Amino acid sequence: METNTEKQEYTITVYTENQVGLLNRIAIIFSRRKINVESLNTSPSEIAGIHRFTIVVMESRDIVLKVVRQIEKQVEVLKAYFNTNDEIVWQELALYKVLSEEITEKVKVERLLREYGARAVAIRKDFIVFETTGHREETNKLMKALEPFGLVEFVRSARVAIIKESSGFHEKLKDFEKREPSEEVIENEYLGKREAVFTM
Amino acid sequence: MATKTLEKEQGELLEKIAVPTKKLTGSQAVLEACIAEGVDTIFGYPGGAIMPIYDALYDYHDKLKHILVRHEQGGIHAGQGYARTSGKVGVVFATSGPGATNLVTGLADAMIDSTPLVCITGQVFAHLLGTDAFQETDIINITMPVTKWNYQITDATEIPGILAKAFYLAKSGRPGPVLIDIAKNAQIQSFDYEGYTLCNHIRSYRPKPVIRKKYIDEAVALINNAKKPLVIFGQGVILGKAEKEFKKFIEKSGMPAAWTILGLSALPTDHPQNVGMLGMHGNYGPNVLTNECDVLIAVGMRFDDRVTGRLDKYAKQAKVIHLDIDPSEIDKNVKATVGVWGDCKETLPLLTLGLQEKDRTDWLKVFADYNQKEYDQCIKEELYPTGKEMTMGEVIRIVNETTQGNAVMVTDVGQHQMVTCRYAKFNESRSNVTSGGLGTMGFGLPAAIGAKFGAPERTVIGIIGDGGIQMTIQEFGTIMQTGVDVKIMILNNQFLGMVRQWQELFNEKRYSFVDIESPDYVMVAKAYGIAGAKVEDRKYLVQAIQTMLSHKGSYLLEVMVGKENNVFPMVPQGCSVNEIRLK
Repeated sequence: METNTEKQEYTITVYTENQVGLLNRIAIIFSRRKINVESLNTSPSEIAGIHRFTIVVMESRDIVLKVVRQIEKQVEVLKAYFNTNDEIVWQELALYKVLSEEITEKVKVERLLREYGARAVAIRKDFIVFETTGHREETNKLMKALEPFGLVEFVRSARVAIIKESSGFHEKLKDFEKREPSEEVIENEYLGKREAVFTM
Repeated sequence: MATKTLEKEQGELLEKIAVPTKKLTGSQAVLEACIAEGVDTIFGYPGGAIMPIYDALYDYHDKLKHILVRHEQGGIHAGQGYARTSGKVGVVFATSGPGATNLVTGLADAMIDSTPLVCITGQVFAHLLGTDAFQETDIINITMPVTKWNYQITDATEIPGILAKAFYLAKSGRPGPVLIDIAKNAQIQSFDYEGYTLCNHIRSYRPKPVIRKKYIDEAVALINNAKKPLVIFGQGVILGKAEKEFKKFIEKSGMPAAWTILGLSALPTDHPQNVGMLGMHGNYGPNVLTNECDVLIAVGMRFDDRVTGRLDKYAKQAKVIHLDIDPSEIDKNVKATVGVWGDCKETLPLLTLGLQEKDRTDWLKVFADYNQKEYDQCIKEELYPTGKEMTMGEVIRIVNETTQGNAVMVTDVGQHQMVTCRYAKFNESRSNVTSGGLGTMGFGLPAAIGAKFGAPERTVIGIIGDGGIQMTIQEFGTIMQTGVDVKIMILNNQFLGMVRQWQELFNEKRYSFVDIESPDYVMVAKAYGIAGAKVEDRKYLVQAIQTMLSHKGSYLLEVMVGKENNVFPMVPQGCSVNEIRLK
């Protein structure tokens, strides 16, 4: 059983209004506690006009719980969730730039692509750009494989994640738009579940 | 002739169907918003980037009182003092750049002490943003961690809506400071003003969590079964305007109640169940017995480390019930057995309803016994000193005897603050104004000025040390110009006393830069047209305090107290509340 003080990877999902400066307001909550943000992605959500932040941190559950509540307290934040890795489906995307000459001479490119589930997104005389999506270990593997052949550039995107148990935000939003909050959206829904929570 | 009539008719017709709008400048819209929000007093200081608002203010001076302070920090602390005594939103104006950055300390103070403020800062023209223009500073990002909300306006049409949001956010839920930065072009810009609509809902903002019956029931059961319950309360009771509800709550089940320094005055000092102050310099009983009670009921307080001492040895034996309007406070420092989320104005009556009436005389007696011990070992000598030197405690005692506990006491930060909070007597709520969470030296004088504007019918006494007074002494100018009637008491021990006390106790009396010299305060006051006196001998003290309080207008009284007196009891840092020292 996980303890509340042991550090592990948590993925925080935040639904927000679209407002200049909110990214900073959220970032401050981590930096004031000297928590390093491993990965941060902002994107549209399933609802037009509502943004979705996906933030990955290495922290204990106790701290993550407090941080998530402080995020949710921000005026423009509608809701914040946090999940362990087994509660989410996630992907990261990586791009690799290699020299065409080098790679075509020394590697069976076709096999490489199959093996790592990669594809070539740009092919030029001078260089080729591969792309893979997957978990960090997977994107790392291809990086390792390409390193001996002169990996010129490598970049990986932030994590994007879907919460397995979530039914999306459409229904919840209706409650937020009401003047009086229903029990559904109030911030203490986790209290009843205490240890077995996935959302607050 | 005929065409003229037609034109006239057309004009009349157009007037009838047109939406009743009028042209206003952004600056006028700011002031209209203040009026619509019921603002009567603004504390501020003009400057280049806020000149259009000040120009508009020239025409509004009969509707809005503007207090010209001597420094923006003084302005914001005055706004805080005003908010604390009046229960309304404090409004502060400052210009861009240094004007805005001078607000930062006050914002941080208001944030941590949940004081409702709306600060309006001027900003350079929108087209100059980000160019290092004259007096440009990125005040939005600077103040982000110390505001409940902030926003930059670059278009005048945003002003009514954003200011309505600002006032709503500042005062609703857990109150806090809001800063609105308005670019100069938006202040000048004319637009079709369609009136001002108060804000009472923001989709993403939940000022109050919904109260759940389950937690009310669980809390009631815990209290009803408790043998030794202890209630600890903070400013939430005052901010929630729940003083009556709180009194009923503790009276019905006979529970002892102890306070944080921001909760002070929510319950009259003389109330038989008021067992005193919590924390580092709090009373003996409530500190020790926090670690002996079986149920600890925290109402509108946030378990500050100055209250809890060492957390891993804090109330470990007790079931904890925590009432708070801010969900992020529950379980933040102390894990709650039951978290009662909600506005205590609503949750307290629900709890009271379920409580059994109990007689807890025996349990209260334990507090009385501890109090007797504390009285014998510390309080007596502090209030009725036998030595030659005057003590801060005896000064406060004489103030109590003279005011009968009816004055507003505003304190700065340090020894005098702890002594005042410990010994001042209060009959009504909103009588104690102090910088609690941030511990801002320099808060006292401007906050006292603001407190008087917030409660003009009350006597306001600022109790300030010889260190803190010198941090914002320029506000004597504000007193001079406005003629505001505040009584200033400087308790002068010729040291930065609290730091000196720590150096004595923990740094082997290595008095490192705590020996602070003072000017002749009475002469300084006199230069500002403020009457004053200095007392160096006990035999003149009572008379001097009476003279000060009966003086018409502001008055400064400097009292020379013992140089090396310490504030006791004390829970040394890193110690548990039951390791409190009486000497």
